[in-house]
Amino acid sequence: MNLHEYQGKEIFARYGIPVPEGILAKSPEAARAAAKTLGGRVVVKAQIHAGGRGKAGGVKLVNDADAAEEAAKKMLGTWLVTKQNGPDGQPVNSVWVEKPSNIERELYVSGLVDRSKERFVFMASAAGGMDIEEVAAHTPEKIRHITINPAAGLQPYQARQLGFFMGLKKEQVDQFTKILFGLYRIVTDLDASLIEINPLIVTKEGNVFCLDAKLNFDENALFRQRAVAELRDPLQEDERERKAKEHDLNYVTLDGDIGCMVNGAGLGLATLDMIRAAGGMPANFMDIRTTAKSQDIAQGIALVLDNPKAKVLLVNVFGGGMQPCDTIVDGLGIAFRQHKRVLPVVLRITGNNEELARLRLANFKIPKTECSDMWQAVTQAVAIARGRK
Amino acid sequence: MAILVDQNTRVLCQGMTGWAGTYHTNRMMQYGTNVVAGVTPGKGGKSHLDVPVFDTVADAMRATRANASAVFVPPARAGAAMLEAIEAGMPLVVVVTERVPELDMVRVREALVGSSTRLIGPNSQGLLAPEVCQIGVMATDRSKRGRIGVISRSASLTSEIVSQLSTEGLGQSTTVGIGADPVHGIGFVDCLKLMFADPQTEGVVLIGEIGGTEEQEAARYLKEVGLQKPVVALVVGRCAPPQRRMGHAGAFTVHADQDVEAKIAALRDAGVEIAPSAHLVGATMRDAFKRRAA
Repeated sequence: MNLHEYQGKEIFARYGIPVPEGILAKSPEAARAAAKTLGGRVVVKAQIHAGGRGKAGGVKLVNDADAAEEAAKKMLGTWLVTKQNGPDGQPVNSVWVEKPSNIERELYVSGLVDRSKERFVFMASAAGGMDIEEVAAHTPEKIRHITINPAAGLQPYQARQLGFFMGLKKEQVDQFTKILFGLYRIVTDLDASLIEINPLIVTKEGNVFCLDAKLNFDENALFRQRAVAELRDPLQEDERERKAKEHDLNYVTLDGDIGCMVNGAGLGLATLDMIRAAGGMPANFMDIRTTAKSQDIAQGIALVLDNPKAKVLLVNVFGGGMQPCDTIVDGLGIAFRQHKRVLPVVLRITGNNEELARLRLANFKIPKTECSDMWQAVTQAVAIARGRK
Repeated sequence: MAILVDQNTRVLCQGMTGWAGTYHTNRMMQYGTNVVAGVTPGKGGKSHLDVPVFDTVADAMRATRANASAVFVPPARAGAAMLEAIEAGMPLVVVVTERVPELDMVRVREALVGSSTRLIGPNSQGLLAPEVCQIGVMATDRSKRGRIGVISRSASLTSEIVSQLSTEGLGQSTTVGIGADPVHGIGFVDCLKLMFADPQTEGVVLIGEIGGTEEQEAARYLKEVGLQKPVVALVVGRCAPPQRRMGHAGAFTVHADQDVEAKIAALRDAGVEIAPSAHLVGATMRDAFKRRAA
């Protein structure tokens, strides 16, 4: 789960991590008032769940309150498209108005669980403010990692290692150590799964500040992080993906015309690959979780029927121990009964309770083609999508 | 013989009395798995599915000599259930539970260091030695006993490939789901080692996907020890958009080295046969054997 920059900075401040002073504004007038309070000269930053805002016009340095109002007016209510979000972008419903900093140096620090080390790692670089992927690819020696033993926790010498590596002076290393300890406490207290500060700055006055705050939280731990869960901004999320999640479905919007429903993520990925190999383009990825009931599955099928780009629905199911085929077929029946739009369906259903599923299927009025193996089903779906304009 | 389990495997189920635990323990028993105990704190002394229930894993192990555990505990307590099994010295722990918090798994990995436990999962369909032992939730009706080992990061895709193998007349020695989470128990390399050492296993199918670099680690290992038995691999997720989680917690690409092409290149370089498509894994294995025989 993602947070807005301003929410991240509020959490940082609570953990004693220095961030520039700022005020959230949801209207141009509020932005003007905020600028006044902060001394006139401010940075106006569009709040969306994506990076790359600066290059997309979502960050503006202005000299006075009038200009702050003007900048906020241009951002609020628009959809900001950056390199990191989809073709539609994300809605700007608020701006963060912040006191500008006197930047002497830009640094980089981030932390996440390293899956091959199976531990939390922090990495830091003196090459802040740049695309860190590029730095990692071309000059990996400019990045240093520390690995945290979960029993011992972060150690001061580890933080110092990163601080001195970035060329900080002794007093600044002490400040940086405090920051890193705060960050690690956010990880262990709140189940943060990714923290990225780009840039971390040294001001002309010699102080270390977090100019940006990217925080991601482990969705699987939200059950014990109620306060974090409440920070969710559903307006930043793809509506179909959000709806699907409520029904135990994993849905990812893609841009083709073949709607898919598959049980299991691996089989789902394999189905997408086969569609591409057969010359088609999937409209979505959809994995039915084992806990989904027929009603949930019907909601998932409705997502495909609601997608105007979809020309055909491909259902690929290998019924397992948790989820028999008939549950899925029942969902199909419910969806087509309730929905006005009808799409041709190509079905490949096998595994647990497949006979029962076939009996049920015979009762539904669905324009369907049944296939016995999945490649046949995929090529059939691709052919139908091609034939329908 | 299969890997990790045999006729002497005595299974206890942590979280047996819950809905999922009851349903799947019953399925495992029907398959012929020797389930000897259940563990549910507070229900010790009772009996469920005609099997005694204990308050702690240690009690259950002492009383029943259980040597494998199936964990059906919900995500909030699954990490603690694993720690309990590890501390009790359980040799094999299979975790089906999905959505275990990542940091809980970091702590579990720490507890595994120096322990005598082999952990499978979480978010795994479990492990199946056809006609011998089922510990998990996978479909079983298409599986046949035989000579192919299957190691996989995905449940329903494993069912599909097991079905293809059986159709080709290639039964399975053991199928293992290593789990779809970023931080998990034993991996491709551990399983390859066990399967190379197992006389029943004559060929191995490896089912990978986007995310992480475990396929590359497997490739490095295979280069080091050589292909002792034919290995066929399928890696899925070629057209997944970068940085998006595709169903599995661990199925997302951060760097280019975690995408399908990088994994396939590494595996091919180690001499692994790459199945050209998900529907051709059985046929690829069949052809690999034919070429070996020729």
